[in-house]
Amino acid sequence: MMMLFHLRRRFYLLRAGTGIQQAWTSSSCFFKDPSSSSSSGLVLQSQSTDVFQNLALEDWIDAHLDLQQRSILLLWRNRPAIVIGRHQNPWTECNMPAMRRAMIPLARRRSGGGTVYHDLGNLNLTFFASKKAYDRQRNLKVVTEALRRVCPELDVQATDRFDILLKGHYKISGTASRLSRKSSYHHCTLLHSADRSALSSLLRPSCTGIQSNATPSVPSPVANLTDHAPSLQWEELLEALVQQYNSEFGLTSALTPVSPSDESLFPGVGNMEAELRSWEWTFGKTPKFRVETQLELRDEQLAAGCSAYLHMEVKNGLVESCRMDIPANWLPLRLSSTLSEVLLGERFCPHRAAAALTVFLRSESGQLHRRLCNLCEVLLAVMG
Amino acid sequence: MFGSRTLRTAVAWRGPIVQFKLSDIGEGIMEVTVKEWYVKEGDKVSQFDSICEVQSDKASVTITSRYDGVIRKLYYDVDGTALVGKPLVDIETESGSELSQEEDVVETPAMAREEHTHQEIKGHKTQATPAVRRLAMENNIKLSEVVGTGKDGRILKEDILNFLAKQTGAILPPTPLFHEIQTPGLAPSTPAATPMSIPAGVKPPPTAPKPVFSGKDVTEPLKGFHKAMVKTMTAALKIPHFGYCDEVDLSRLVLLRSELKTTAERHGVKLSYMPFFIKAASLGLLHFPILNSSLDEGCQNLIYKASHNIGLAMDTSQGLLVPNVKNVQSLSVFEIAQELNRLQALGAAGQLGKSELNGGTFTLSNIGSIGGTYAKPVILPPEVAIGALGKIQVGSKPSHQ
Repeated sequence: MMMLFHLRRRFYLLRAGTGIQQAWTSSSCFFKDPSSSSSSGLVLQSQSTDVFQNLALEDWIDAHLDLQQRSILLLWRNRPAIVIGRHQNPWTECNMPAMRRAMIPLARRRSGGGTVYHDLGNLNLTFFASKKAYDRQRNLKVVTEALRRVCPELDVQATDRFDILLKGHYKISGTASRLSRKSSYHHCTLLHSADRSALSSLLRPSCTGIQSNATPSVPSPVANLTDHAPSLQWEELLEALVQQYNSEFGLTSALTPVSPSDESLFPGVGNMEAELRSWEWTFGKTPKFRVETQLELRDEQLAAGCSAYLHMEVKNGLVESCRMDIPANWLPLRLSSTLSEVLLGERFCPHRAAAALTVFLRSESGQLHRRLCNLCEVLLAVMG
Repeated sequence: MFGSRTLRTAVAWRGPIVQFKLSDIGEGIMEVTVKEWYVKEGDKVSQFDSICEVQSDKASVTITSRYDGVIRKLYYDVDGTALVGKPLVDIETESGSELSQEEDVVETPAMAREEHTHQEIKGHKTQATPAVRRLAMENNIKLSEVVGTGKDGRILKEDILNFLAKQTGAILPPTPLFHEIQTPGLAPSTPAATPMSIPAGVKPPPTAPKPVFSGKDVTEPLKGFHKAMVKTMTAALKIPHFGYCDEVDLSRLVLLRSELKTTAERHGVKLSYMPFFIKAASLGLLHFPILNSSLDEGCQNLIYKASHNIGLAMDTSQGLLVPNVKNVQSLSVFEIAQELNRLQALGAAGQLGKSELNGGTFTLSNIGSIGGTYAKPVILPPEVAIGALGKIQVGSKPSHQ
């Protein structure tokens, strides 16, 4: 539902030295009415580092602001988080057990594309425009020109895949976008000083054996801007980007801080944030996939083992079918089939499965219990 | 389809089938991958409803309907390649409705008043937002029959509600629509086409939940956790149960806890009564280790468990689970409280895992936390005993000296 939102200009204070304009928040915050100003652009800087709040803010702007007459640039960054594309499979894209241990959240965004690692050293830029004005290369030009301005020695180039490469080799920016009925947004990352070791350890599959048609990520060698231009300051980068954006689009917008959790400014943004945090969105939107994998089972007490096969289909994040081929002399067929039944219809999630399986385990004892315990452990490892 | 309210036959009301073609996405893109369908054949759609999600080159695109009608055919499966300019879906539109020829349908605010008589049915473009259109469709109302009271005869949500109120005197199902008719003078919660201010400080009068009579039995298959529970509970109730109940004077415990509570809070720990009960249980088990045992298969042997892994029944989003505190015999009340906080946080987040849920040797169930006084708990195999705690009450029972 499109809603025209007219707000008046906010007062701002110039901060000497850095050149960044800061705004004082008044109890009611206003943006300038586009029809009454020569500049029909807006540059916003999110004050939040919560990935869900920032994604919700993107959604809100896309749904509520009239982009036919103006364009908007939103600058934001997040505390460590992994963000997957709209049609991706989190189990193949990232290492969820490792993320849980490191308390790094997983978010699914509404735009397409691949998986990215965000932290405070990564800048996100979102270019909002009407569908007619959607032009990703032009937006990326803003970034490359701004970089060349602050660091003339940097060799940066946008590719036809909408990546930005440093020295023709290292990826410093990736792109994704979303097109709705009349509006569009194109967002990209920009690696200023991100933690590259965390990036590489987390962006690997949670488990093997998954077959799906979900959008795969294309891994690339990455680099931080500060690896090659160590003196580049964060504020300097922001300022250059704002200037270049204004210059490219003929605008005179000031950098305006906003708080994505402000319901008075963005009514309904809380609900959008809640939806982005929900299991139904994050996992339930995973395209249908199959799990075909070999399970190595072990009975420690008897120092014995065997191989079994797991066939599962997961749709909307729920186990739609489950079959385990386990040798009958290892576990009675009735147990394997009952176990499959217990998993059916439940979320493909190690916690939900653990809850169901733990209850199930109580009804068996002795050798069977031991082997079932082992089977459950192996199954849970498949679920990430 | 806007047919007769009592009788709906697709044949009698069949309208023209329109091939909705995939319009230009931009940037010279000629084909996209269909990623998700939001509709299926037979579904009703309104103009601007989402039809499907397609992906092209890192762009995720939502395709919305240009027409009101019924989906009659989907041209692609999920993961199929859809071509720009070729049909995406077939929509059966209402007979006589205006078909837009434009690429992008723009909602025009101004409409000539002459076009807005409700005697005109053909060639009539009724002015209403998609939300209002949907509301009308859901209630089988022809927009042309509703008098619009908005700007330029635009039909507002209130107009639909008034129309409905006049139409039906019978019991309406308790949808949000029904509540809005019940409480006039309050604005609907969704943003409306024209602003209507909510009087400050007015809250909707509290309504008792009205019994919903849908008239149909609903079947829901048991799955996952609940299915497993059936099996386990059946096994549990085969265990011969012996129960023993008593009342305990907790006056001194209440005092002790209130003294220690603030100290615990300073260390970031929330101290309830449970850590005390858990520790007390463990101390009791030291005297009566048989209660911390397990019978093996065939009831041949009794295995005395060394660790006191005391479980606490917890209601979580995963279901009624029993995570346990490991090795209570070696923990202080404060350490038990810490661990309990951790388990409760995991339970609330739906993240209790195998290590928390397995290995219990004795269980406590706190029925008092939901206000119960007495309970008849069920032993959780392979354990042999379970304790249930009722609510702490202020009373005047004589205490034993």
